Amino acid sequence: MGIIAENITKRFGDFTALDDVSLEIPSGSLTALLGPSGSGKSTLLRVIAGLEVPDTGRVVIDDVDRTADRPRDRGVGFVFQHYAAFRHMTVFENIAFGLRVRKTPKARVRERVEELIDLVQLTGMAKRYPSQLSGGQRQRMALARALAVEPRVLLLDEPFGALDALVRRELRAWLRRLHDEVHVTTVLVTHDQEEAMEVADRIAVMDHSRIEQVATPRNLYESPASAFVMGFVGPLTVLDGQQVRPHEIALDTAPVDGAVRGFVTRVIHLGFEVRVEIAAEGHDDLWVQLSRHDPIVSALGPGVPVWARAVGNPVPSHASEHDDPVAV
Amino acid sequence: MRRRGQGALSLGLAVGYLGLIVMIPMAALAWAGLSQGAASFWAAITEPETLAALQLTLAISAIVAIVNAVMGTLIAWVLVRYRFPGRGIVDGLIDLPFALPTIVAGLTLLAIYGPNSPFGVNIGFTRVGIAVALLLVTLPFVVRAVQPLLREADLEAEQAAASLGAGPLYVFRRIIFPGIRPGILSGSGLAFARAIGEFGAVVLIAGNLPFQTKMSSVDIFGLIEQDKPDAAAAVSLTLLVISLASLALFDFLERRSAREAG
Amino acid sequence: MRAKPVKWGLIAVALAYLLAILVIPVGAVVWRAFQAGLDPVTETLTSDLFLHAMWLTLVCTLIAVPLNTIFGVMFAMLVVRRRMRGRNFFSLFADLPLALSPVVIGLSLVLVWGIHGWFGGWFFEHGIRIIFSLPGMVLATIFVSLPFVVREVVPVLRAVGTEQEEAAEVLGASPSRIFWRITLPSIKWGVAYGVILTTARALGEYGAVAVVSGRMTGQTETATIFVDSQWTQFNEEAAFTAALVLAVIAVIVVVAVNLIVRKEDIDGHHR
Repeated sequence: MGIIAENITKRFGDFTALDDVSLEIPSGSLTALLGPSGSGKSTLLRVIAGLEVPDTGRVVIDDVDRTADRPRDRGVGFVFQHYAAFRHMTVFENIAFGLRVRKTPKARVRERVEELIDLVQLTGMAKRYPSQLSGGQRQRMALARALAVEPRVLLLDEPFGALDALVRRELRAWLRRLHDEVHVTTVLVTHDQEEAMEVADRIAVMDHSRIEQVATPRNLYESPASAFVMGFVGPLTVLDGQQVRPHEIALDTAPVDGAVRGFVTRVIHLGFEVRVEIAAEGHDDLWVQLSRHDPIVSALGPGVPVWARAVGNPVPSHASEHDDPVAV
Repeated sequence: MRRRGQGALSLGLAVGYLGLIVMIPMAALAWAGLSQGAASFWAAITEPETLAALQLTLAISAIVAIVNAVMGTLIAWVLVRYRFPGRGIVDGLIDLPFALPTIVAGLTLLAIYGPNSPFGVNIGFTRVGIAVALLLVTLPFVVRAVQPLLREADLEAEQAAASLGAGPLYVFRRIIFPGIRPGILSGSGLAFARAIGEFGAVVLIAGNLPFQTKMSSVDIFGLIEQDKPDAAAAVSLTLLVISLASLALFDFLERRSAREAG
Repeated sequence: MRAKPVKWGLIAVALAYLLAILVIPVGAVVWRAFQAGLDPVTETLTSDLFLHAMWLTLVCTLIAVPLNTIFGVMFAMLVVRRRMRGRNFFSLFADLPLALSPVVIGLSLVLVWGIHGWFGGWFFEHGIRIIFSLPGMVLATIFVSLPFVVREVVPVLRAVGTEQEEAAEVLGASPSRIFWRITLPSIKWGVAYGVILTTARALGEYGAVAVVSGRMTGQTETATIFVDSQWTQFNEEAAFTAALVLAVIAVIVVVAVNLIVRKEDIDGHHR
């Protein structure tokens, strides 16, 4: 059950979007495809949907080989970054579209659409047009439209990319709650690591048309398989030639054996987080993340000498960026 | 998303339609003009009346294109940058030459600027009359090409230049003009191409005196009526090549100008 | 930023130019039509000759516009969505009528469909006249008004993008349903604009139809040819009456066009 993509390769002219990519997505899970632009994540999603035909490889959905099937026969739901709302139809007609295509009887259509409108909290807006809705409302309508035909699989292509930060965060949480209620196998494409970490059960990190690592959010953060994953999934700084997390550096105002010596250039108070920028010989961009409750904060100011050492697991700076994907 | 079977039908229909309506007649035109050989072609073009008509057509059309470049830009400027009562109506009027039948334009110009002019202005059967008719017919081209560029223009860049001490003419020359130049070029090119082929607006007011006011389109019409289709085709091909060449040239100039404008 | 006198000076020059070149000539059509009073006007409007000419114009337009609209939408879909091979080559020919003198268009049609033309001979032997008869005039009207729907629909199709169509496809819609329910509504203003331009061009065509029809009074005169022939026969009021009718239609077209442009801005559609 679930989705299996095997050995997918897709080229557009000279450009290779997907290079022998394989991925398994468990049934009922919410998996994120995370990566920078051009990593191939949207292409992989579209291959699963059938909107792109791969040059090689197979797509299996719920144990049925769908590689040769058109999107309309795969039983997938797709949500686009820019909503793809049918602008000349009302909210009701948008959501009803898939049902009407399947010649569902009118009464059943009305029942199901109203159920969904309530589910996505657009009650009372059935007769409005997409142009009269906010971005967040349009996207919820798009979700309802995709869910109306009870797809086996729900595919979301950067669904919150076009919305502003506050709405994005709200909808993120809302999507997670929806998934917990509805339990459809869901794949979410995003470039926002915070979004992926917050929403997904499992994350597949992609870069340059390959999958770098597939893991739970926690394992991705704690045991990154490569320097790329480490840098992508959380903040990084370089201490003594090693890449470390800025909050996994211990600072001391008294000399410590084996620690790096430097002095503070700036202390920035960002609410809960305090960022301490440090100048040290051989170091370009060293900074440390502290909580405001850390006792050492009050002793720090520009020019104060400090000793810094790493605690936790650093990844050497020169680790290969193309390790084989590690499933954890 | 590629569909095989049903695509073929619409492709066949569309291409068949285009072929029947446009491509085959164009092939027949090329055949008629060229099949008698280069000597025959050349003889047709260099017929004294025909040659004079070609020269007149190109000269007047060039002048018309230049006048349009200037006046069209001015009108676009006035419509975009200034507010005045009736601006909306004036803006709508610019489209009128696109919709007005050419023969109507020619007729009314002859009526009011010709021998029986109520204004005492008589440019009937003169080259000036032809130019005025062509100016009417080609009015919208430069205006409509320049307007959107003016609307998009960076007012803040102009204000920055002014704050640095530049006078209005300098600002126009160095800041505004490069931005609208592509539109002026493309509009003038279209105006030129349209002018050299114009028939309806010209045929009445010109008087069609050989060597004086006979334009090439009228010349071709005459050759058809005299049952000399090959000669008519030769002149037609010449006009067509000039038209396409000028469109290509102006397109090239426009694109280069757009690149330079950044 | 600009001194007041300069501003009003430029406005005055622009308006004076437009007055002389456009407004007075078009206004004069009204004046000249009614110069000898109302009677000559009504006489012309009810005359058989005029009515027949309007009838021919209408027939040519009513055939050319739907055909060119269907072709225009089909061709635009082929170029933008299917990205058919040779699309640049064929697009050149679709645009060509804009670069051609009407008399050249008329000539090319005579060369193909005339009695001694490529195909005309065959038709003539079977008793069908194309040149100097209605079929030829229809062909000429179609030729000159061909590009407009294509040129308006292509950029709209590009701007609207494929997302709505893809969404409909994933939801299970067939290609036919997608076209009629999703694609067509999304380009409707482009199509409408194109149809209006096509109609205006078809109604106002003179040169090509003049060549192809032989301008035979009472038989193959369209409204525009009527204007010319009446003038040549010194029936000035008749000529201007017909010219007035055509000018009024032109004004209606311009008003319709401007209304559509404003409606698009309100709807926020792309053009």
